[in-house]
Amino acid sequence: MTETIKLDKEIPAKRESGFKRFFKALALMRESPVGMIGALIILFWVTMAVLAPFLPLYDPNAIMSPFQKIGAAAPDGGTFWLGTDHKGRDILSRIIWGAQKVLIWATFATFVAYVVGMLMGVLAGYKGGWADEIVSFVANIFLSFPFIILCIIIVATLGASGWTVVVAVTFASAPQIMRIVRGLVLDLKTRDYIFAAQTRGESPWYIMLVELLPNARGPLIVDACLRLGYTVVAIATLGFLGLGLPPPDPDWGLMLKEAVPLGAFAGHSMYLPAAALASLILGFNLLADGLREISLRD
Amino acid sequence: MIVLAAKRLVAMLLIMLVVSFILFSLFEADKMAVAGKVLGPYSSVEQRETWLSQNGYDEPFFTRYTQWVGGALHGDFGNSLQYKVPVSELLVDRLKNTGILALVFFLIMIPLSLTLGVLAGMKEGSWLDRIISIFSVLTTSIPEFVTATFLTGLFVYTWHLLPGTSSMTSGFSWKEMILPVAVLVIYDFGYVTRMTRASMAEVMTSQYIRTAILKGLPYKRVIMRHALRNALIAPFTVIVLQLNWLLSGLVVVEVFFAYKGFGSLLVDAALFGDIYVIEACVMVAVFIAVFSQFISDIGYTLLNPRIRFS
Amino acid sequence: MSNTTAVTPVLECKNVNISYYTRAGEIPAVIDFNLTVLPGESIGIVGESGCGKSTVALAIMNYMGKNGRVKSGQILFNGRDLQTMSEDELRSIRGSQISMVYQEPMASLNPSMKIGEQLIEVPLYHENVTEAEARQRSMEMLAAVRLPDPQRIMDSYPHQISGGQQQRVVIAMALLSKPALLLLDEPTTALDVTVEAGIVQLIKDISKQFGTSMIYISHNLGLILETCDRITVMYSGEAVESGAVQTVFNEMRHPYTRGLFASIPLPGTNKNSRPLVPIRGQLPLPQNRPQGCYFGPRCDFFQAGRCDTQGGINMRPVPDEQRHDVRCVRFEEIDWASYRPTGLSGEQAEIGKTVLEVKHMKKYYELKDSSLMAMIKGKKVQYVKANEDINLIAREAETVAIVGESGCGKSTFAKVLMGLEEATEGEVILNGLELSHTPVQARKAQTVALLQMVFQNPFDTLNPSHTVGSQIARVIKKFDIESDPDKINQRVMELLDLVKLPRDFALRRPRQLSGGQKQRIGIARAFAGRPSVVVADEPVSALDVSVQAAVTGLLTDIQRNLKTTLLFISHDLSVVRYVSDRIVVMYLGHIMEQGTTDEIFNPPYHPYTEALLSAVPIADTSVKKRHIVLEGELPSPVNPPSGCPFQTRCPRKIGAICETQLPPLQQTATGHAIMCHIPLAELQLIEQVFQVDAA
Repeated sequence: MTETIKLDKEIPAKRESGFKRFFKALALMRESPVGMIGALIILFWVTMAVLAPFLPLYDPNAIMSPFQKIGAAAPDGGTFWLGTDHKGRDILSRIIWGAQKVLIWATFATFVAYVVGMLMGVLAGYKGGWADEIVSFVANIFLSFPFIILCIIIVATLGASGWTVVVAVTFASAPQIMRIVRGLVLDLKTRDYIFAAQTRGESPWYIMLVELLPNARGPLIVDACLRLGYTVVAIATLGFLGLGLPPPDPDWGLMLKEAVPLGAFAGHSMYLPAAALASLILGFNLLADGLREISLRD
Repeated sequence: MIVLAAKRLVAMLLIMLVVSFILFSLFEADKMAVAGKVLGPYSSVEQRETWLSQNGYDEPFFTRYTQWVGGALHGDFGNSLQYKVPVSELLVDRLKNTGILALVFFLIMIPLSLTLGVLAGMKEGSWLDRIISIFSVLTTSIPEFVTATFLTGLFVYTWHLLPGTSSMTSGFSWKEMILPVAVLVIYDFGYVTRMTRASMAEVMTSQYIRTAILKGLPYKRVIMRHALRNALIAPFTVIVLQLNWLLSGLVVVEVFFAYKGFGSLLVDAALFGDIYVIEACVMVAVFIAVFSQFISDIGYTLLNPRIRFS
Repeated sequence: MSNTTAVTPVLECKNVNISYYTRAGEIPAVIDFNLTVLPGESIGIVGESGCGKSTVALAIMNYMGKNGRVKSGQILFNGRDLQTMSEDELRSIRGSQISMVYQEPMASLNPSMKIGEQLIEVPLYHENVTEAEARQRSMEMLAAVRLPDPQRIMDSYPHQISGGQQQRVVIAMALLSKPALLLLDEPTTALDVTVEAGIVQLIKDISKQFGTSMIYISHNLGLILETCDRITVMYSGEAVESGAVQTVFNEMRHPYTRGLFASIPLPGTNKNSRPLVPIRGQLPLPQNRPQGCYFGPRCDFFQAGRCDTQGGINMRPVPDEQRHDVRCVRFEEIDWASYRPTGLSGEQAEIGKTVLEVKHMKKYYELKDSSLMAMIKGKKVQYVKANEDINLIAREAETVAIVGESGCGKSTFAKVLMGLEEATEGEVILNGLELSHTPVQARKAQTVALLQMVFQNPFDTLNPSHTVGSQIARVIKKFDIESDPDKINQRVMELLDLVKLPRDFALRRPRQLSGGQKQRIGIARAFAGRPSVVVADEPVSALDVSVQAAVTGLLTDIQRNLKTTLLFISHDLSVVRYVSDRIVVMYLGHIMEQGTTDEIFNPPYHPYTEALLSAVPIADTSVKKRHIVLEGELPSPVNPPSGCPFQTRCPRKIGAICETQLPPLQQTATGHAIMCHIPLAELQLIEQVFQVDAA
């Protein structure tokens, strides 16, 4: 054969390290200003959450002087940068510790929901037939509960705790993830490379996990990002309804619940956690939007 | 078509049945706990046992379950522990209030989001599209109770224009409806707008729209006759499925504004441990969700000739 | 190009440059394009994917999308520049003066509007007619494009009629306002061969009947020969040669045109004695076009200093010829007579013992009928008879082709062989081992390795998430060829050598490869386990013509050297004729005819084979072909006709017996078998489909 192939110098042939690829992905974000803003907001909150133990903050549960305005002087000579709430607890400290709490539980809950949902989805989509019927039916049962109502039932039976939140989010989210994954798998399994794997006698689990799942990652990353946002909303909503993480530990939803009736005297104790919550969720949604935009481009 | 509807209907009943069973086992499998909830935490074991045998709890679990289902089908969910009245009475009243709220919400949300979505999707990438898209991401990103907080802060605490609660103690009041409806619309319209936009944008890039344009049809005809019909199929199902989402939103909004609706009833019951009310509310909520799924499936088939005639 | 004629051309493109503007910058799609269409003339534009031929069509319609623009030059329609027209003027011309037929008929029709409504729009908005009149005209036009029962078609939705019928509707729509110019963009690419033949016949008749000027865009030279008066060959955004069809086909002057013809399997080419000559290298991406002649790096006549000058190469008229232009600085001096490019020839390998034998194999699928009628009647299960009584033998080093249109059961047959589906009845014997009821998971690794597959779609054949090397290595590991990582790696390298790709491709991901390269990796993967039978399912049909030749050559080359049995599944009789030793013709699950390649291409023919042969467009002016256009549509395999499966479309149907009885299999001593009620002796008398001029 006389065909000569010109090697494209721009395409690196070596496989890059995960670290390098992460930065490349980050550089890609520059193409979407919206996504960049989202990423920065999330980065800000994650940094706050990680640094919480090292920052010079008051104990979030320490009761000092109530209804202090923004920037008021504290009895010990320090400053309440964001004032105090009705019980006299430092709002800045509560917001930052609250960020840590909501981020940890939301990530964990989403992760668990993803593991369950993906397995269900790949199984239903790839195997089809009875496996699909059963998995889809189970999913439909949980999908027929409105999200918050399912959470309420679970909290009402198990009692309020972080683990309950994880269970609630898994039950509510996993069926949705299952549906997405199932749809993706149904599309992907008609590809020739799946036939190729079948014709060399690969086991179903090998095909599902090695051949199928990695190719579904694009839409799933976008969805995971959105879903983290929903989970934050869910945790905060439960907190707001008084069914979330138990007090007195700081919880943004609970802070709002307590502050709203007193909003006439202390607007800041109501606006600040609301703004914190809105910004974090906005961050996830913007990042998801940016990722989707970029993934559609190539 | 009829077969499809029948199949869906059977699936719907099956789901309701399974849900009712899960619910009943969750709340009433442990008899002593039920008695404890009814008689209070300080009741003695003897008192509880007496109550249980008086109220037919000595029957085996499955018998009790079938009796409960039979009652539920006749609208009999027992008496509320908190309010000491039949659950059904409470429920009818609260559902009516919630229905009004939902109706007003849909009347505003549907025209608003469809119009915005079509306008945005008609010319993808135009400045109008960008503005609508960004605005709808922003509003959907903020959960209901956060929007409610900001609106209350401004309209109630700062400008004193509107009441902060909507309990309607002195009869129905439009003024008290404004904030709850506004919060729901602000949170929800963005999602439907984005779905409509995506659907419209996809249709506009389709080959049959190119055919229509290259046939030399006026732009108005291309949009109204060729694009809209296809573009509105997806939003229709989204809107119907919104009912499910709306229930979650309603719970939060009703609690926030102390609106005496179905959602606040459920949360109160959950906090109080009013198990009969919880059971009834959840069954109703699941029924609404499953039924809306049914309507959306059937509607999708009816709207889509490709499926209708195959 | 300045051939002054008294007539105003219908369309004239003058030095047109079209670019797309993307984030990455300006991408020139069409460069310095000239075209003149005289009234009644039909012009073919031919070229491989990405050459800019569809962009030309959209530019003529002035519909370039958001980021495309005609950068310079003029596109004159009846002497007026389309670029300067207002939206309203354009609208009045589109659909009435210039109209278009598209590649995918299904996608081009609005799925939620009845066909009637989509048709009557055209006269309603372009001419002042009443709705009744518009409806009347639409019905007449549907009849004119030979659609049966126009009334029923008017009341149908697009998805309720077949692909061929949809395309006829689109053509009717385009003709409704009697346009001066009709653009056809690959109008038959999405259709089956016999359906394509009908549409091509229709297009030819239309141009005669209505006197419409046409621009026919296609990648298929044979179709252009059948339908057009003139041809423009495009390469990488430029027209490289244009002239009358006869001139260009017989005396092509541009090396690319020459290369294109050398790489298509015309009658007379043969893998052993007269092999195809692929064009080396690959199409440059628009961003990476070379300086000077874009074809330079792939051209055997490239001369540094002359062919790579700055500013590009101009189109020049061929001296002493009418309207024949070539974009090559050296066309006058190239001595084609003494040009003998090396093809991919090789000795015919000796055909050995039987490797694969299929005996009376049947494959039925159950189809659950969930309609209300079926439930009432209690008839719940229908069968799709995907394969009926398949008998076939394949020997060592032999290439057996399985030919048929969509729904003929060729893919099902492959699935049963591979063990992805279980045969309903019959035997599949591979190297003495009965496999018809052993699913692939239950087969031993060595057995699985013996039978491997090359897939159709290059974009699908490799898993985008894994590197090329790891995908080949997996096969080697799976089949226990090697277990030591170094040895596996060594074997991967050998396989890359085998398919003539650089070794560092092992570390690449599929998206960094071109279609042809992916297909080569697919071949390497199939041969990794040292198989004795390789099933190739349309391995080249998704590739560009020049790449097809290279991949086909590579496949046959490897097969010959390794003495592998090749089952070549295809719908393309030209390719099949070129590669195969024996051919099996399938229709609706039945084998209609099988025999050696010569036997299939010569009488006696099965009437279906005869129609199939005549439907294949041939890009050779010296070949005379009989035209047989089949009536009716391809029946669905769910609901096959009674008796002979071909009876609904057969032009040689002899009577009631065809409708009631499955025809007998008539076999000659050499093994040539035909399933038909007409006696062999009579079939023997049928005239040849192809006549090659002695010239």
